[in-house]
Amino acid sequence: MRKVHDLGGLPTDQPIDRTEHEMEAWERRVDSLNSILGEKGFKKTDELRRAIESLGPEQYLTLSYYERFTAAYEALLVERGVMTTEEIDRKMSELERERG
Amino acid sequence: MSSANEHDAQASHHGANAAYYALRSEALVALCVEKGIFTAEELEATGNALDARSPKDGARVVARAWVDPEFKKRLIGVPEFAIQELGYSLHEVVTRLAVLENTDLVHHVAVCTLCSCYPRSILGRPPDWYKGFAYRSRVVGSPRSVMREFGFEPDKSVEVRVMDSTADLRYLILPKRPANTEHMTEEELAELVTQESMIGVTGALEPKPAPAAD
Amino acid sequence: MGTAGGDAEPVRYQPGDRVQVRVGLPPHHIRTPAYIQGKTGQVETLCGVFPNPESLAYGGSGLPKQPLYRVQFDQTEVWESYHGSAIDQLLIDIYQHWLEPAAD
Repeated sequence: MRKVHDLGGLPTDQPIDRTEHEMEAWERRVDSLNSILGEKGFKKTDELRRAIESLGPEQYLTLSYYERFTAAYEALLVERGVMTTEEIDRKMSELERERG
Repeated sequence: MSSANEHDAQASHHGANAAYYALRSEALVALCVEKGIFTAEELEATGNALDARSPKDGARVVARAWVDPEFKKRLIGVPEFAIQELGYSLHEVVTRLAVLENTDLVHHVAVCTLCSCYPRSILGRPPDWYKGFAYRSRVVGSPRSVMREFGFEPDKSVEVRVMDSTADLRYLILPKRPANTEHMTEEELAELVTQESMIGVTGALEPKPAPAAD
Repeated sequence: MGTAGGDAEPVRYQPGDRVQVRVGLPPHHIRTPAYIQGKTGQVETLCGVFPNPESLAYGGSGLPKQPLYRVQFDQTEVWESYHGSAIDQLLIDIYQHWLEPAAD
């Protein structure tokens, strides 16, 4: 039995879907977050990989690429003590209110 | 049980949760800025630097290697220095670049089965299909079947080599220079070099025929 | 103890050596995919000696560093029924602690 992210050689006939989706602004922002935190020495690639792998099978299989990154970075930032889940929840509500 | 038969939602942004994660990620970034991890300007600059890289950059490097045999030797031998000659450098702190040459005898194709490792510093962001479950599952065991889907079928006498980037080495495939391209400029040659050919699922594009003499 | 006086495991293998990949499913982060575990191939290159990702992934020092090898496998060895060409190869970067000398 292998871990969910360990995909090499899994039997599948699924064709390669070559549609390219236009990156949303938030996805570009997550991509930048990923890059800048590496540049700043805040996280190692290995830590991010581990955080993504640790999301668990349900999240790993149903979330999109950048959704997985977001969930993994939340876990890493909280793990590091940079912020708490409560702070993130609060900020989210605040941003939602600002949007009207 | 095969998780790779799941709907390939992981590459698409149309997940049911997209709105939640869009706002959640905005909150993460806002808090990072508040707490002084980085500034909004730094984040934007990072995004711009990532936007600035695309397969056109890899194509320039490949075209140069095709016309300049000494550069090609340096590119294969010391890739991280050779790309600096064209103004490129590796951004990531610990990653290394390896350049693998495709020939009449050997055809390389790269993948990261465990995640999505990719030579972003020279090719830009990876395509969705490269990060998707179908490619990551299939190419290691059925590389020729995957290539066939991309319209490419190397002969059985060509050794297909799949490179799985499991460590910090990133692979840039140097496609074979197509025949009948002697008349082309370096810029024109670069236009034959596609993203797919630098990942290795295809070769480079074939040239348009040389203009007929009047 | 191989690491006495240093922070790196000594290099055990050379290009050309036949090696077998260990089998294991530890709960922690690893970079040795399931499909290659237990398979036998040949060292193609010593890529270098690097901090261990299994430790780095948890904020550890990554010490002792591990030699990293690019190991080459016949596709017909890796897969029970491989449908490509018999000469096709698979190459993958594997850390030394996942390798043993081949039984053959």
